[in-house]
Amino acid sequence: MIDVSKLDPNFKYEITKEPGGEHITRCFACGTCSATCPVRGINEEYNPRRIIRMALLGMKEEVLSSDFIWLCASCYSCEEKCPQDVRIAHLMNAIKNIAVREGHIHPSFRAQLEALFAHGRLYEVTEFDNKKRAKWGLPEIRENVEGTRKLFRKTGMEKLVKGEGREE
Amino acid sequence: MKYGLFLGCTVPVRALNYELAARKVGEKLGLEFQDIPEFGCCGFPVKSVDRMTFILMAAENLSVAEDANLDICSLCSACSSVLTEVDRQLKENQTLRNRVNEELSRVGRKYQGRIQVKHLARILHEDVGLPRIKEMVKRPLSEFNFAVHYGCHYLKPSEVYGEFEEPENPRTLDELLRLTGAKSIPYEDKNECCGGGVLGVDEATALKIAALKLDHVKASGADALVLICPFCNIMYEANQKKIEKLSETEFNLPVLYYPQVLGLALGIPPDELGFRMNRVKPREILSRLG
Repeated sequence: MIDVSKLDPNFKYEITKEPGGEHITRCFACGTCSATCPVRGINEEYNPRRIIRMALLGMKEEVLSSDFIWLCASCYSCEEKCPQDVRIAHLMNAIKNIAVREGHIHPSFRAQLEALFAHGRLYEVTEFDNKKRAKWGLPEIRENVEGTRKLFRKTGMEKLVKGEGREE
Repeated sequence: MKYGLFLGCTVPVRALNYELAARKVGEKLGLEFQDIPEFGCCGFPVKSVDRMTFILMAAENLSVAEDANLDICSLCSACSSVLTEVDRQLKENQTLRNRVNEELSRVGRKYQGRIQVKHLARILHEDVGLPRIKEMVKRPLSEFNFAVHYGCHYLKPSEVYGEFEEPENPRTLDELLRLTGAKSIPYEDKNECCGGGVLGVDEATALKIAALKLDHVKASGADALVLICPFCNIMYEANQKKIEKLSETEFNLPVLYYPQVLGLALGIPPDELGFRMNRVKPREILSRLG
């Protein structure tokens, strides 16, 4: 059931102002995205046509606090095939960027930010890793943590790493 | 031909066989790779979270390559895709470029748009060129049937890659594979995604997506799956045992990086191509090679 009194008619304009979300109102709900989506083929929770419909209707809270927006694999299948050039993979990123600003970041993405903040890379490079690399004649890898930390401080990512604005 | 070698986060710790084979093959073909310690994460993991942070991470890497006066050779398809995407945005959008340069100036950097980003496979195809590679083949792999996996980010979003490939009907990897003498065999849903993008969010879904391809490739009778992205490899090789358990099917399908295959054809000893680090042991392939 959709409660009309809770809809936010401005949500779609908020999305069109977000880089990547500009084309959302072009969608005519043909469903090509959902038909071609590899995630949708396996998991019914993720349905790009439905997400776009919900956003256009103004179901802001349901969309932004959902887990399903995080299920996009960024494979661009939908984006390549969309007859209306809605740029759906970019649109999903725009919606996720808004969700993060509203306090909804998926734990697995927070974990990736934590790894970047700790090591400047997604995966720690341990002494063991460098020994193994040396054994194969590969050059040592150093972690450049400071640059990433500086950037994260500047752009507010540090707050997300430290758990401010954490959901629940 | 000299490039700044962009290893990204995954390759140098999870895909040493890929890195090793890429370096050996590059050396054989006259590609010079320079290691640049200042390269960091390409920014891909942050794209969903905060666009500006993502763009700045990518832009900083681009400016590092510019300082070295080198085009980027990337081994990871996701790194290739996002670095190409940001490079294109910054080349086309002056307002964004000014904003990015304002931020970069605080760390003494500047983006000028002077270099190009290319995946290793694209470099082999476009810069080295098929005829030159063909000349160098010493041990044609004509007894093998391999299934190539393009993955998503080597091809898409196509708007950033220009005319290089057709995402619906790609051909460069097939052509590169045929050069080695091996047959590129067709299989169902060849252009499908590996599922890697949702591994962290919903493992079961990701593994089921990967299982579909393992099924299709196995049905084609291919001797191995051949790919060019460390994350696709994590799905098909590192997770193959897990997928076998979940789907109650034994695949035992070797997964090779294209430079490993090309290396064999160029006559490089298998020991130097890191096959010992492959998780699904390609013993049968190596023994048939003699």
